[in-house]
Amino acid sequence: MTATTDLSSPATALRGTVELRTADGWLAVCSAEELLPGRGVAALLPDGRQAALFLDRSGRLYAIGNVDPFTGAGVLSHGLLGTVQDRTYVASPLLKQRFDLADGRCLDDDTVAVASYPVRVEPARA
Amino acid sequence: MAVTTATSRNTRDNTIVLVGHGMVGQRFLEALADRGVTERARVVVLCEEPRPAYDRVHLTSYFSEGASPEDLSMVEDGFMARHGIELHVGDPAVAVDRESCTVTARSGLTVGYDTLVLATGSYPFVPPVPGKDADGCFVYRTIEDLLAIEAYAQGVSSGAVVGGGLLGLEAAGALRGLGLDTHVVEFAPRLMPVQVDEGGGQALRRSVEGLGVTVHTGVGTQEIAVGDDGRVSGMALSDGSVLPTGMVVFSAGVRPRDDLARDCGLPVGERGGIVVDEQCRTQDPAVFAIGECALASDGRVYGLVAPGNEMAETAARTIAGDAGSFTGADLSTKLKLLGVDVASFGDAHGTTDGCLDVRYSDARSGIYRKLVVGSDGTLLGGILVGDVESYGVLRPLTGSVPPVAPEHLVLPAGAGAPVTLGPTALPDEAVICSCNNVTKGAIRGAVTDHDCTSVPDVKKCTKAGSSCGSCVKVLGQLVTAELEAGGVEVDKGLCPHFAQTRAELYEIVLALRISSYRELLDAHGREGARGTDGCEVCKPAVASILASLAATVGASVHVLDGEQAALQDTNDHFLANMQKNGSYSIVPRIPGGEITPERLIVIGEVARDFGLYTKITGGQRIDLFGARVEQLPLIWTRLVDAGFESGHAYGKALRTVKSCVGQTWCRYGVQDSVRMAIDLELRYRGLRSPHKLKSAVSGCARECAEAQSKDFGVIATANGWNLYVGGNGGATPRHADLLAQDLSDAELVRLIDRFLMFYIRTAEPLERTSVWLQRIAGGLDHVRDVVVHDSLGICDELEALMAAHVAGYRDEWADTINDPERLSRFVSFVNAPDTPDPTVRFVPERGQIKPEPILLALTETVTA
Repeated sequence: MTATTDLSSPATALRGTVELRTADGWLAVCSAEELLPGRGVAALLPDGRQAALFLDRSGRLYAIGNVDPFTGAGVLSHGLLGTVQDRTYVASPLLKQRFDLADGRCLDDDTVAVASYPVRVEPARA
Repeated sequence: MAVTTATSRNTRDNTIVLVGHGMVGQRFLEALADRGVTERARVVVLCEEPRPAYDRVHLTSYFSEGASPEDLSMVEDGFMARHGIELHVGDPAVAVDRESCTVTARSGLTVGYDTLVLATGSYPFVPPVPGKDADGCFVYRTIEDLLAIEAYAQGVSSGAVVGGGLLGLEAAGALRGLGLDTHVVEFAPRLMPVQVDEGGGQALRRSVEGLGVTVHTGVGTQEIAVGDDGRVSGMALSDGSVLPTGMVVFSAGVRPRDDLARDCGLPVGERGGIVVDEQCRTQDPAVFAIGECALASDGRVYGLVAPGNEMAETAARTIAGDAGSFTGADLSTKLKLLGVDVASFGDAHGTTDGCLDVRYSDARSGIYRKLVVGSDGTLLGGILVGDVESYGVLRPLTGSVPPVAPEHLVLPAGAGAPVTLGPTALPDEAVICSCNNVTKGAIRGAVTDHDCTSVPDVKKCTKAGSSCGSCVKVLGQLVTAELEAGGVEVDKGLCPHFAQTRAELYEIVLALRISSYRELLDAHGREGARGTDGCEVCKPAVASILASLAATVGASVHVLDGEQAALQDTNDHFLANMQKNGSYSIVPRIPGGEITPERLIVIGEVARDFGLYTKITGGQRIDLFGARVEQLPLIWTRLVDAGFESGHAYGKALRTVKSCVGQTWCRYGVQDSVRMAIDLELRYRGLRSPHKLKSAVSGCARECAEAQSKDFGVIATANGWNLYVGGNGGATPRHADLLAQDLSDAELVRLIDRFLMFYIRTAEPLERTSVWLQRIAGGLDHVRDVVVHDSLGICDELEALMAAHVAGYRDEWADTINDPERLSRFVSFVNAPDTPDPTVRFVPERGQIKPEPILLALTETVTA
């Protein structure tokens, strides 16, 4: 039986603080251990906006706007991740539109996009 | 009814009088109306029974399914008025004067006719045995007969049916349904002597006896024993034995009601029946006879409704001046008596010169198949008992030489039968749907010329399969074969990541004891999809399979543990239902809809303290709306403390088992429906399935809990429970099908265990039981074979899987609030755990809250 521990290995490989860049510079959001591969968390930005941070199965980090443009609700961080033609996306939990995690573009409607944010992991300071 | 003499003609210069308003009479009226005859002629109907035409074929459903006399009506509301038809109910014709062209009814009403149509049907034959008129002797023909039987049965504990034919078995089913110890006495050496041969009769007998009916064959009824009170006390049989019984139902065949015709000098057959020609006209050109009272031009009296309908059409055509003829009918039948499938077609008894039989008989499982083959190999007819699956292919093949040897057609699949004859072997002219007369060629044409790509498309295009549905399986095979022949690759895969169907993935997970999504994707996903993140289709689908089989394959029972947490749809992830503004709603389990005042107060207090909007749901529960993610654990701590547990309103899982108050309070109730609903809800709570599951239990046939609109519904009978499956409300409502009758508590639970596990095993994602039941090959019959008769030999496994689920159940919310790791996810913002989501806002409405309308900003710019 495969134990579930090895499945989260990409996450455990990541140690340190997850940071996201806004207009005001890098913002520390959470520790890498708080991210679960395949799911997201929401972060409140200093200007009142919201970001959704995700960790995919290969250990890549992404951050896009959290507010679903189709409903106005801050829910994208609650969506499920998926892969289509090598692109990783999140599907909105409300009406299921998919957003490319790399650039925030909606895969189901070319005219719609959400913000996207550079994101990095700063190694934990000793 | 006023006594009038209506010999004068009204403005319409032609009068048609119909004597008899049964199923065939009504069909005749509809055929007249279709041809516009009712606009030109005055139509008068004399009907003996106190009610208009009703569905006599489904009389038994009055008992078995709680149908009311109104449910059985064949007459659409307003039909008579719309077509200006004068219907006199409860006033039978008593005399015909062919010289003056008048009919006189019992009330004295006399009507002149230009055309007279006799549709007087038949009467039950009662053998002339002493005591046949005693209190407690009945016939089985009309709704009034049924009501009388039902009333009398209240006072007795046993009943005997004289006659083991089609109607006799129907009557026996009715007596059984009334809770009587039931006997069938048949003079012939086997049951249904007209339709089946000795081997078929044996298989049938075994199955019927298995249902608790005692069968006596090869014996006659010599006398009905009558007690001092004038009531039936027993039957003396020709073998010298005495059968004690409280009532007797005669069902020893029917005879044509031809006395009106005899009395006015029209020729009748030696053994009865009004002689008619191919246009259904009697010797008198102004008089027609149709249905069971007529002796057709081929010298037969037809006792089935389909030939009667054809005769009605023929007479109406002739009267309208169109061409039409009735020269005889196919007597093929496929029916279900007392739950046993029986089919016979063509020359079932092998009366053709030089014909040969091929038989397969398995008395242990009640299966019998016989084919009659001509000396040149032509299939002439056959009899199927117990398993009639091949009827759809064999009947259309009748009259041709089948492409495989007949012995291969009677052997069961897998029992050394090297070839299974598929419908692709049928000729284009073979009729696949006999209800709507659609040939195989027409079905192929729908695919090749009309771009139909699915069974629903073809149904819509050709009407095939839209009536009785018995050909839908064959239809599906033809459509797939035609598509594949046309080079269309039918990808049945779940999504871009899995080439398998959900049912196939289920088997893989179960067989290889796979306990994680990644393991499944990386080993069994499509090439190129392995190692990816999958998608929002396959992740919840696999999560559901893992959850259903958790206890068996060794996956975590809690849906938020480890990898499973990343697979769940949002609702499952937060164990609550996301609403349009990102807030969540909460539904505590209220099993069976029963709740104490104390618990009701707790719900009220929680809702008040957290400012939640409350609404009573359709499933007899209470929904609390407007909670923020971070409030969910606080709310559930209060609810769990008060003894509540998760209601799984967020999951593709068992939702609720509704109930009526049942026997405990209701004067009509016959069983304790609330207790059964609670038992079922507690047994299946937490069971993850391909889609949500709803259920209900009604305490009597009045069905106040609406069980027939549920995935599995239970209706109490005097003897136990009837189980219905595959019902649905919503956008495509569907009445549930009866799966089994008169079950004990244990039998009911065992059957539901099997049914649910078989559904979970074979359904596609988000496929409700109603759709599944229509999609799965073989439909309800197949499901019944599997879960009732264990035709696949998997019932032990299905029961064991359910037992593992029941034993492994834990309340997800209680487990969550006691686990800091799981609780840590219930925050709006990972970097500000104490800050509520500012986009979740409410405004007041009718004394409660509602989401504040959100102004959408679809043009948010992409920033880097």
